[in-house]
Amino acid sequence: MNVLINLAYVLASALFIFGLKGLSHPRTAVRGNLLGATGMLIAVVVTLLNRQIVDYTIIVAGLVVGSAIGATLALKVRMTAMPQMVALLNGFGGAASALVAGAALVETMLAHQRAPVDMLVATGASGLIGGVTFWGSLVAFAKLEEIVSGAPVLFKGQHALNGVLLVAALVFCGLIVWEPANTNWYWILVGIASVLGVLVTIPIGGADMPVVISLLNSYSGLAAAATGFVLTNNMLIIAGSLVGASGIILTAIMCKAMNRSLANVLFGGVGAVAPSAAASADAVYAGKIKAASAEEIAMVLENARRVAFVPGYGLAVSQAQHLLRQLADLLEARGAEVVYGIHPVAGRMPGHMNVLLAEAEVPYEKLLEMEEVNGLLPQTDVAIVIGANDVVNPVARTDPNSPIAGMPIIDVDKAHTVVVVKRSLSPGFAGIPNPLFAADNTLMFFSDGKRAVGDLIQAVKEL
Amino acid sequence: MDTLVISVTIFVLAIFVGFEVITKVPPTLHTPLMSGSNAISGITIVGALLSAGTQHTTLTTILGFAAVVFAMINVVGGFLVTDRMLKMFRRKH
Repeated sequence: MNVLINLAYVLASALFIFGLKGLSHPRTAVRGNLLGATGMLIAVVVTLLNRQIVDYTIIVAGLVVGSAIGATLALKVRMTAMPQMVALLNGFGGAASALVAGAALVETMLAHQRAPVDMLVATGASGLIGGVTFWGSLVAFAKLEEIVSGAPVLFKGQHALNGVLLVAALVFCGLIVWEPANTNWYWILVGIASVLGVLVTIPIGGADMPVVISLLNSYSGLAAAATGFVLTNNMLIIAGSLVGASGIILTAIMCKAMNRSLANVLFGGVGAVAPSAAASADAVYAGKIKAASAEEIAMVLENARRVAFVPGYGLAVSQAQHLLRQLADLLEARGAEVVYGIHPVAGRMPGHMNVLLAEAEVPYEKLLEMEEVNGLLPQTDVAIVIGANDVVNPVARTDPNSPIAGMPIIDVDKAHTVVVVKRSLSPGFAGIPNPLFAADNTLMFFSDGKRAVGDLIQAVKEL
Repeated sequence: MDTLVISVTIFVLAIFVGFEVITKVPPTLHTPLMSGSNAISGITIVGALLSAGTQHTTLTTILGFAAVVFAMINVVGGFLVTDRMLKMFRRKH
């Protein structure tokens, strides 16, 4: 029986790998996700056949409650709120791993079994990573949902305190190995990890969230892998390391897209204070801003052959994705080619803009990556920036002292005309003025994103 | 120590497989990748089910129950929301 169970686990692991492989193209992705879900179903059903299970009431209760909550979240969540949803799911995964490792430790001790050192080390790792993931994710969730301010929270001695907590956590990991029979060590460790999870996430600001969510995603996988070592279950190890690898790759992509190191994102607290070295807003903007009306912009769009939309987090905030698609339809009906340029860190998580635009039924072929759209922009008549700021700031190319120096940007300034939809001249997350707004070929359209696109649709219809 | 060596081998190899497979996922699918891989990390459900079902003590049963709920939210929520997103990408005109 055990052999069959383990073979079924191998099958489930293979299905997880095939499932992730399916995500390499939008056409095969739905099927890939189904393969992954099938693997999970097999794993669960086979586990329920285990003869050690004496009673199914608690199991069924847990399955029903968890499924109901999970399904409600999944079916109700707005696409704009996807970063919060993923943050929450990361946290729950971490919590489950920490709880399972704790239960396994208690069970082993009750049975007076000898616990091997590697199992105890893995238990400590599960508790530490799981606790950090759960509470870190809850803080990320609260910031994204704006239950708490998205601004970085910094205080004196923060890094020192985190360092002390990490050392304390490692000491308790040691105590678990030293005296496993005292299971209190484990719960104290989880407590310390929880505080650490909160403290390491609060200094990270809103626009750095893509990195944090990716990192927590990776942690939730590593916690599952550690639990696999606790239970000597290879399926958990495989599934956990796949997720861990995925999160690490996304973290690296996000850091590269901001030209910052992971350490700088985690400890830098960028956005907390306005950098003094940067040119003042007055000097950059004075007398050079050209505000335009919807009618004026429509006239620029009248003869445009190629239009590029460059969306940012503001698109999600104002829920303008559906109207943007309608505007694109109108322009295409007039013979223009419309593309969308997506910066890797636009929005609050990797791929955030793509999901929003897919929701508005924009075909994925029109969602261009940064390098691709940058190749087209010099031959683009109008680039319309909506709700993005730092990712189109040319200072990244020109000023080596700027906080965003060297960050790859979308070169909208190379388009013949740039239209920036924005409520005011307020700076983006990096806290610096954007010379793009004062450029000769830039028209500012001061308005809320959704209303602006609605007005543009009206104006283009009246051409 | 033999099982440990085997487990570590599997861990390292799985990370390599993960890197190979994930680097081929296009940026446009990065959000569904996160939610989908999240659902997979709910695999700890397997350990949770055993703790909730073997019922050694009240404590382990409660821990098991809580873990089943958390892991199940992860699994069901993760796969469902990923499916919802991916279907939007597949839509054709």
